[in-house]
Amino acid sequence: MVNKKKFFKQFIIYTSLLFFSNSAFAYDPVENDSIKGSKAVSSPVKENVSEKFNAGKLIMDHIVDSHEWHIAGHIALPLPIILYSTNTGLSIFLSNKLEDEQVYNGFKLEKNKIFAVNKAGVIDEAASAKLWDISITKNVASLFFSIGLILWIFLTTAKAYTINAGKAPKGMQSLLEPLIIFVRDDIAKSAIGEKKHKKYLPFLLTVFFFIWINNMLGLIPIIPGGANVTGNIAIGLTLAVIVFIITILSSNKNYWRHIIAMPGVPIGVLVLLTPIEIFGMFLKPFVLMVRLFANMLAGHIIALSFFSLIFIFAELNAGVGWGVSIFSIVFTVFMGMLELLVAFLQAYVFTLLAAMYFGTAGEEHSHEEHH
Amino acid sequence: MELVKPEFGLIFWMCISFGVIFFILKKFAWLPILNMLNERETSIQNALDSAEKAKEEMKAMQSSNERILADARAERDLLLKDARDIREKMISEAKNIAAKEGERMLKSARENIQNEKMAAISELKNQVAVLSIEIAEKILKSELSSDEKQKSLVKNLLQDVNLN
Repeated sequence: MVNKKKFFKQFIIYTSLLFFSNSAFAYDPVENDSIKGSKAVSSPVKENVSEKFNAGKLIMDHIVDSHEWHIAGHIALPLPIILYSTNTGLSIFLSNKLEDEQVYNGFKLEKNKIFAVNKAGVIDEAASAKLWDISITKNVASLFFSIGLILWIFLTTAKAYTINAGKAPKGMQSLLEPLIIFVRDDIAKSAIGEKKHKKYLPFLLTVFFFIWINNMLGLIPIIPGGANVTGNIAIGLTLAVIVFIITILSSNKNYWRHIIAMPGVPIGVLVLLTPIEIFGMFLKPFVLMVRLFANMLAGHIIALSFFSLIFIFAELNAGVGWGVSIFSIVFTVFMGMLELLVAFLQAYVFTLLAAMYFGTAGEEHSHEEHH
Repeated sequence: MELVKPEFGLIFWMCISFGVIFFILKKFAWLPILNMLNERETSIQNALDSAEKAKEEMKAMQSSNERILADARAERDLLLKDARDIREKMISEAKNIAAKEGERMLKSARENIQNEKMAAISELKNQVAVLSIEIAEKILKSELSSDEKQKSLVKNLLQDVNLN
C-alpha cells in the first residue's frame, strides 16, 4: 500500500513536471520567432518579414542530431567536435568554430554533416569519405547525461539496499523496486523461464531503464532533455544489434533446427519456410529497432506539429494564432500524457520482445510431439 | 533520408556508453539489488512459514491443553468420588463400632446388675439364715427354758413321729 502511494506521488511529480515543461516548451525556442512573426504580420512594415515560417524545417531541426545544443532563441551550447581522418589524424575543437558554414582547419559543416574541404574551400569528396566523425553531438551529450543520471539513480539505490538491508524499501527504492520486480517477474521470468532468466536479467534491466529514462528525458523540452535520443535510428540500431548478438550467442541446436529445417514439415514446404525463417531471424531485431525509433520520433513530431500549427495560423492572422494556441497546448498536454505512457510502453515492449527472443533461442525442450 | 541513416559517431558513443553502463550497473547495482530482493523475499517467506508453523503448534498445544484439562477434571472427579466413598465407609464403620460398643456396654451393665442382684440375694439369704438361726435359737431358748415345756416338746415331737 505504502509502495503504491509513494509510486503515485512520484508519478504525480513526473506528470506535473511534464505539464511544466510543456508550458515551458510553448514559450521556448520558437517563441521569439512567434512574436517576431505575429508582430510583423500586424505591423505596417510587411517587408520586415524575413522568411516564412517553415514547420517542416523547424521539426526536422528538432528531431535530427546536431553539433550544437539549442537552448533558447539564438543561444546554443557549442559541443566538441572530434574528427579522425587518415590524412590529418585526430582533430578536436568546439562546434562554434564551424558556425555559419565557416571553414576551420580544413573542415566545413554543411547540412549537419562535416566535410573536409580543400584549400579553395570546396568540399573534397575523397577526403570526406575517409573522415570519421565521432563528435559529441547533441544526442551523444544527452546520452552521456542520461548515462550519468541512470548511474546516479541506480548506484544510490543499490547503496540504499545495502544500508537498508533486510528492511522495507524507502524513498527511491520504493519507486524503483516495483519496476525492477516487474522486469524480473513479468518480463524475464515469464518470457525466458525460471531457470535461465537470471543470466539475462542485468541486460534486460539495463535496456529497460536506459530506454525508459531516455524516453522521459526526450519529453523534457529544455536542456538537458529535449534531445531525440531514443528516436534516433542509431540508438535503436545499436540496441537491436546487441539483442541480435545475444540471441545468437544464447541459441542452441534446437533453435537452429527450427530455423533451418522445421521438424515435421515436408521438404516441399521447407524450401519455402526456411528462407522465411532465416529472414525472420534478422527481421525480429530490425522490427525492434524500427518500432522504438518510429514511436519516439512520432511523439516528437506530433508535439512539434501542434506548436507549428500556432505559427502557421499566426501567419494568416495573429488572433487566429492565439486562438489556435489554446487548442495546441491542450492537445500537446494530452499528447504529453500519452507520450509518458508511450515512453514506458516502448521500454516495456522492447525489453519484453528481447526477452522473448532470448527465451526462444535458448529453449531446451523439443516441440516434436506438437508438430 | 537523414532520419533513417544511422550516424557512425552516435553508434560509436552508444556502444561505449551502453557497455560502460551495462557493466557498472551489472556489478554495482543489479546484482546487489537482485540479491537483496531475493534475500528479502526468502526471509519474508520464511517468516510467513514460521508464523504458519507457530499457529499449527499453538493449535496442537491448545488441543493437548484441553486434553490435559479434561484428564485433570476426570481425575478430580474420581478423587472426589473416592473420598466420598471413604467417608461413607468410615461413617458406617464408626456406626457399627459404636453400636457394638453400646451393646457390649449394655451387656456388661446387665451382667453387673445380675451379679449385684445375685450378691444381694445371697447376702439376703445369708442374712435370713443368720436371722433364722438367731430366731430359732431364741425360740429354742424360750421353749427349753422349763422342764414342762421340754416334756411337752418331746411329747409333741414324739407325737409327730409316727412309729412307722
